[in-house]
Amino acid sequence: MLRTPAAIAGAALAALMVVLAVIGPPIWGDAAELVNAGAILQGSSAAHPLGTDNLGRDLLARVLVAGRYSLQLALAAALIGASAGIVLGALPSVLPARAGRLVTGAVNALVAFPGLLLAMFTAVVAGLGARGAVLGIGAAIAPGFARLTQTLAASVSGADYVAAARMLRVPRHRILARHVLPNIAEPLILNLTQALGGALLGLAGMSFLGLGVQPPDYDWGRLLFDGFGRIYIHPEVALGPAAAIALAGIGFNLLGDALARRAARTPVRTPRSRQERPAAAADAGETEPGAVLDVAGLTVTFPSGVTPVRGVSLSVRPGEIVGLVGESGSGKSLTAAAVGGLVPYPGTVSHERLRLCGEDVANLSRKQLGTSLAMVFQDPMASLNPALKIGGQLAEVAVVHQGATREDARRRAVDRLGHVHLPEPEKQAARHPHQLSGGMRQRAVIAMGLMGDPKLIIADEPTTALDVTVQRQILRLLREVVEESGAGALFISHDIAVVGELCDRVVVMYAGRVVEELPVDRLADGAAHPYTRALISSLPDMDTDRALPLASIPGRQPAPAEVGAGCAFAPRCPLATGRCATDRPALEAHGHDHRVACWEAS
Amino acid sequence: MRIDDLTVRYGAFTAVDGVTLEIPPGRIVGLVGESGSGKSSVARAVSGLVPHTGSVTGASRIQMIFQDPYASLDPRMRVGDSVGEALLHLPRRARAAEVTRLLGMVSLPPETAPSYPRELSGGQRQRVAIARALAADPDLLVADEITSALDVSVQGSILNLIRSLRDRTGLPILFISHNLAVVRYVCDEIAVMHRGRVVEHGHTVDLVSSPADPYTRTLLEAVPRLRR
Ligand code: SF4
Repeated sequence: MLRTPAAIAGAALAALMVVLAVIGPPIWGDAAELVNAGAILQGSSAAHPLGTDNLGRDLLARVLVAGRYSLQLALAAALIGASAGIVLGALPSVLPARAGRLVTGAVNALVAFPGLLLAMFTAVVAGLGARGAVLGIGAAIAPGFARLTQTLAASVSGADYVAAARMLRVPRHRILARHVLPNIAEPLILNLTQALGGALLGLAGMSFLGLGVQPPDYDWGRLLFDGFGRIYIHPEVALGPAAAIALAGIGFNLLGDALARRAARTPVRTPRSRQERPAAAADAGETEPGAVLDVAGLTVTFPSGVTPVRGVSLSVRPGEIVGLVGESGSGKSLTAAAVGGLVPYPGTVSHERLRLCGEDVANLSRKQLGTSLAMVFQDPMASLNPALKIGGQLAEVAVVHQGATREDARRRAVDRLGHVHLPEPEKQAARHPHQLSGGMRQRAVIAMGLMGDPKLIIADEPTTALDVTVQRQILRLLREVVEESGAGALFISHDIAVVGELCDRVVVMYAGRVVEELPVDRLADGAAHPYTRALISSLPDMDTDRALPLASIPGRQPAPAEVGAGCAFAPRCPLATGRCATDRPALEAHGHDHRVACWEAS
Repeated sequence: MRIDDLTVRYGAFTAVDGVTLEIPPGRIVGLVGESGSGKSSVARAVSGLVPHTGSVTGASRIQMIFQDPYASLDPRMRVGDSVGEALLHLPRRARAAEVTRLLGMVSLPPETAPSYPRELSGGQRQRVAIARALAADPDLLVADEITSALDVSVQGSILNLIRSLRDRTGLPILFISHNLAVVRYVCDEIAVMHRGRVVEHGHTVDLVSSPADPYTRTLLEAVPRLRR
C-alpha cells in the first residue's frame, strides 16, 4: 500500500509521533521538569540544543515530552468532531422529512462558517484551557464530517440493497445502522486520520493564541507561544516546537491522503498462482497465408502471476468476420486488446506470431497501425472526444495519419459519415458527440475507422449497450463495410446469437484459451466442444421449446488464477473423464475448418 | 392484481403514460421494450420506489428483484441476514429455520447463509435476492432485467427458477426484460412497451406468432438468431 514517497513519508512520520508519545514522557520527563536557575533563557548550546526557558528547563526535552499531550488533545478533538459530525450527518436519514431538512440546512450553514472562528468562539464560551480548545477544534471539525457523512450516506441510500430493504419495510434506524453506516465506515475512518492532522495544527494554533493549554501544562502550541517572544534573539527556541507541529501535522495529513487514495481505487483481488510459461509452440500451427490477422501463442500476463489469456491462436482472412465469443472472464476482450496493442498497464503480452497483413506488428509504425487497424468499442464515447465536433475528430485522423490537408480531410469525413448511413452527414459533422444517439455515435466511430484504409476492424462488444433494433442496424453496417472494403473483422461478443447472425467463423474462448473454432453454419448443430454446445443450448431463442427447462451449466468459469493443469472445463463438463482433470487437450483439427480442444470430441 | 392508468413523470418528461395491465394469479406477465420505453419505470412505480399517479390494486406486498445482484445485496451483510431482514418479527431460532427454507426454495444449500455476497457467483447472488424477496411473503413479484447482468450459462437456471416458483407457489410475476427470446421463454403473456405506452398485450404464443402492432413486428425481427 505504501508505494508513493508521500505515503511512505506520511506513515513514517505518523509512526514516529506515536512512538514519541509513548516513550517521550518516561524518558525525558525528568529532564523536562528540571529547573536550573543558572541557565535561564539560554539559546542553543551543546547541553541544550534548543535552549532553555525562563526557569532554565531544557526545551528539547520539553518538546519531546509535549508530544504525548499534544497528540492526546488532538485525538480527543478529532474524535469529538467526528462523532458529532457523523451524528449530525446521519440524523436526516432517520428524522422525519422536515426535521431532516432543518438539520441539513444547519450543517450547510456551519460548513460555510470559517472553522477557526467557530473554534475560537466555542473555546471562549467553554472556558479558557485545554478543554475549551479541544471542544473548539472538535466543533470546527464536525461540520465537515457531517457533510461527508451526508454525501456518503446519500450515495449508499440510492443503492439497490437499500431500496430492497425499504421494500421489506425494514425500519429506518435499522437501515441506517445495518446498511448505511457499515458501508460508509471506511471513508469516515480514513477521514479521521486527516482530521487528526488538522486537529493537531488547530490545537497548536489555539495554544499559540493563548486560548489553549495553560501553564503549568504545556503542549507544542504552548511551547511555541512561550518561545515566540524570543524569536529575534534565539529563533531556535521557537523553531523546535514549530518543527514538531509541522512534522506531525504533515505526517497525519499525508497518511490520511494516501489511505483515502488507496481506498478510492477499486480493490482487485488477485490470488497469486504459479507463473505459467507461455503456451508451447505446438499451438502455433502454420502461418496462414493471405490472412489480415495472424496470431499464434498470444499470452497476456499480469505481474501478480495471473494469466488471463493463454496461448491464443487465431486468424482472420480478408472479407471475413470472425466472432470471438466467451463469457465474462474468458479473456476475449483482453485478446482483442492485445491484438490492438491496448493491454492496460501492467499487463505484458507475449506471442509467437502477431501479424497484420503478413507484416510483424512490431515492425509497423504507429502511422501504419493507425490507418490499417480500426477499433470499435462497446462505449462509443471511449473513442470520441466530447469536447470536439464529430467532423473535426474524423478529419484529424486523415490529417495526422495520411497528411491530408484540412480541406480534403474534412470532405472525406463528411463522405465517410454518409457512408455509414448517418442522415445529413454535413449536419452531423458539425455536431458534438453528446448530441447524437448511442447508435449514431457508434456509426460515427465506425466512420472514423473508415477514414484510413483499414485492413482489420476489431469490434469489442460494439452493440452490447444498444437496443436490439439499433443493434441490428449496426450489425448490418459492419457486414456492409467488410464486404465493401475487403477488410477482415474480429467481432468480440458474449452473445453467441449475435455472433451466429453476423460472423462467418466463430472462435469460442473459455478460461483464457480457445476451446473451439468452427464455421458459423455448424454452430447450431455441429459444435463439438461440450462447452460450446452447452452455451448454445442454454441460450433461449425464438424457437426454444417452452415446455422444457432451459439448459444451464452448473458451477462457474475458473478465474485466471484458478486454472489448473487439465481441461479448464472439466469441473462442469458432463463428459469429463479422469484424464480431463490432469491433461489439457490441445486444439486440434476436427474436420474442415473446424478445430476443437477436447478429449471426448467425436 | 391490476395496474390502472399508471403514469410516471420525471419533471417534464413522461416516462410512463397511462399504462393499464392485469397480472392474473399464477401467471408471469412479461413487459418487453427497448431502453427508454418506460418498462423499468413501471417496475419501480409498482414497487413503490418512484412517485406515480394511477392505481395498483389487488397486491399489497409487492417485492422487486433487481437487475444487478452485485448491487442489490449489502456487501457487508451475511446473505442469511439479508434474507432474514423481512423476518425480524420471528424469534431467532424460527428465523434461521425460515431462512434455510427460503434458501432451499431457490436451490441454495443452508451453508450459504453465513457467506458474504462477494463469496458467491452472480447466479447465486441473484438466487439470494429472490429468496429475500420471497421472505416478505409477497403477493406480486416484480423482476426487473434479472438476468441481463448474468452470463448466459447461468441465465438458464435463473429463468427455470422463476418458472418453477410460479408453478410451486402460484405467485403472479411481472417480468421485465429487453430480451424478447427470454420473455418468450418465461412468460405466459407479453406486453410490449414503446415510448411509455403498452402498444400490444397478448398471450405469448399469439403475440410472437402473429404480432398485430408494427413496433412489435420490428422488435421480433431484430432478435438475433443462429443461422440454422
Ligand atoms: S476435455 Fe474432457 S472435460 Fe474438457 S471438455 Fe472435453 S470432455 Fe469435457
